[in-house]
Amino acid sequence: MIEIREITKAYDGLRAVDEVSMTIKSGEIVAVVGTSGSGKTTLLRMINRLVEPTSGAILIDGRDNRDLPGHELRRAIGYAIQGYGLFPHRTVAENIATVPKLLGWDRKRIDARVDELLALFHLEPAQFRARMPHELSGGQQQRIGVARALAAEPAVLLMDEPFGALDPIIRGKAQDDLIDIQRRFATTIVLVTHGIEEAIRLGDRIAVMDKGKLLQFATPAEIIAHPATDFVAELVGSDERAFRMLSLTPVSDLMEPGEAPGAPIDASASLKDALSEALWSGRRALPVLRDGAIVGRVTRDSLISRAGRPQ
Amino acid sequence: MTGAGPAETMSAQADDTRVKRRSGLDRLGAILAAIAAAGLAFQPFSLFRANRIVAAKPVGILSALPPLEAWLLVAVVVAACAVLLLRTPPALRLVVSALTLAVLAVAVGRSGMFLTPSSNTYARVAPGGAFWIVAFAFSIALADASVRLKMSPLARLALLAFTGGALWMLLWSGAWDSLSILREYTNRADVFWREARVHLLLAIGSLAGAAVVGIPLGILCFRVQPIRATLLNSLNILQTIPSMALFGLLIAPLAWVAAHVPGASAVGIAGIGIAPAFVALFAYSLLPMVSNTVAGLESVPPQVRDAARGMGMTARQRFFEVDMPLAFPVILTGIRIVLVQNLGLAVLAGLIGGGGFGTFVFQGISQTATDLVLLGALPTVALAFAAAIVLDALVEIANPTPNRSAAA
Repeated sequence: MIEIREITKAYDGLRAVDEVSMTIKSGEIVAVVGTSGSGKTTLLRMINRLVEPTSGAILIDGRDNRDLPGHELRRAIGYAIQGYGLFPHRTVAENIATVPKLLGWDRKRIDARVDELLALFHLEPAQFRARMPHELSGGQQQRIGVARALAAEPAVLLMDEPFGALDPIIRGKAQDDLIDIQRRFATTIVLVTHGIEEAIRLGDRIAVMDKGKLLQFATPAEIIAHPATDFVAELVGSDERAFRMLSLTPVSDLMEPGEAPGAPIDASASLKDALSEALWSGRRALPVLRDGAIVGRVTRDSLISRAGRPQ
Repeated sequence: MTGAGPAETMSAQADDTRVKRRSGLDRLGAILAAIAAAGLAFQPFSLFRANRIVAAKPVGILSALPPLEAWLLVAVVVAACAVLLLRTPPALRLVVSALTLAVLAVAVGRSGMFLTPSSNTYARVAPGGAFWIVAFAFSIALADASVRLKMSPLARLALLAFTGGALWMLLWSGAWDSLSILREYTNRADVFWREARVHLLLAIGSLAGAAVVGIPLGILCFRVQPIRATLLNSLNILQTIPSMALFGLLIAPLAWVAAHVPGASAVGIAGIGIAPAFVALFAYSLLPMVSNTVAGLESVPPQVRDAARGMGMTARQRFFEVDMPLAFPVILTGIRIVLVQNLGLAVLAGLIGGGGFGTFVFQGISQTATDLVLLGALPTVALAFAAAIVLDALVEIANPTPNRSAAA
């Protein structure tokens, strides 16, 4: 659990982060979203003390983050950034081993952990261990950057625009990977992004920041349905919000018994995908597929009624 | 990475079509072949002097060697020119250029023996314009071929070692003993090696001093912004003082130090001699060392620094494990610049009694003995050339990212 208590960072009297308080629960993904200059990166960097606050405090699992020297605190917190910052003079394995080596793990344990992480990120260990960063594609570099951040099994992972430099298709895959890995290790993730799309897709809760202030901290559904301020409403975008709402729920939630013609849709697909498919193929209902068997159907009318503002 | 494959194939295809479209002539090769042929046809192959300071008498190639050897040499050079002229594979051009240089080197030695009357110790035979021009043309062809082959750093070092070995063999075998430069050498063998040691001490010692002082200064400049401009500008001004003037300017202060600081004159500090030469070379070395250290540290990507800090590396660990290794290739480039520059500049030490190969150069100038000048100049050029090749290879080996160009 990360408790942020009235944290403020001022540069020459100008408040980059202005009395922000929020509590991040263990094992959740919090997406901090805002325009550039909103203070979101400064907020993130105060959690691992890359930036020292002007006033206020941050408690991680009940302990003030100033109890330990900065470098020791940071070894216990994962850190992944835009541009990845891989060490260009070190191999992939050496890059991933950075924090375990700082913590003094033995050789065997480090090697085993490096191979485990490479496999986890779909990179064949024998093939990638000895590569240099400049021999990797952007997507591969990004995965190594996250693998390096997770190497010492941190309970908390901080990410600053980690997918910013990827093209849309690779970004989608990387986001799915992150969700998988977060479920596996139950890591608490604080992720900074400027894209509301990414925040809705990844965040269990979303923190919206503007001009150093925390405007709203709530679930994606709440943010879409009841934006706290005009700025939040504008960020969510009024022309997209019906579809954004649908994108939050899987088809299985709206499934009913019955049959329907045509190609089935997977139970784990979002309602947005289902409505899109129903509209495109001109069907009133779609069969729902789970584990290779048709288990029910989802109707167009129920999808449409779900797209409206929750009462 | 992605897309590199198709792009390479396309450029390879473009190369292919260019080869087919153009005629069979190699542009640089044609120029070099013309230079070599003109040199051989219109310049003397050897210069004959009755003694070491009288005016030289030019000797054409056909009189400089026994007829059979002369025609053989002409045939070899003409054939080699043909190889350069046509579009031939780089490996062939490399081998042909190297062989031609070897034949030329042996021939000039033979010419010395052929032209020197037996038991005449005053007569001098020196290589003439034709030798130098043909040697120049094929040296360029050799360098060009090695670039076209895209030789690895280790292969370049091997080629350098091989060339050095071949040169040593020629000197050791006595094939050049009748040439005037070696006559000058034989008369001064002891002095030559002593001056060689002084020359290296001046060039490498001042470089070591500049590295020990300049690298920490560069780090300081990088860390403390206000110092940077002041220090770099002062060093820039120092760099613009002409070397002769700097030697002169150093005489008074160093003479004062020698007279007033106890023990200073005992360790060799004086207004003239090796001390001012060393100080001047050290001063000229500082700017490249400091500015390359700053440039190297500046070339470390900011995300890499941020990631290093964010993962919990201490300031010390970041400096030794991230900043220095990444700045090292650029600092090494600075060392290369300084070493090559110092090997050349150290010649001027000869003017103020500092020793080194310059001693022969300035003695030769005052005696109008060209061969003596060459005895000082040729080893200097060879050393600078070898140093450049060795350090260029080291810079390339030290660079972890081939795409990142090392800023000078």
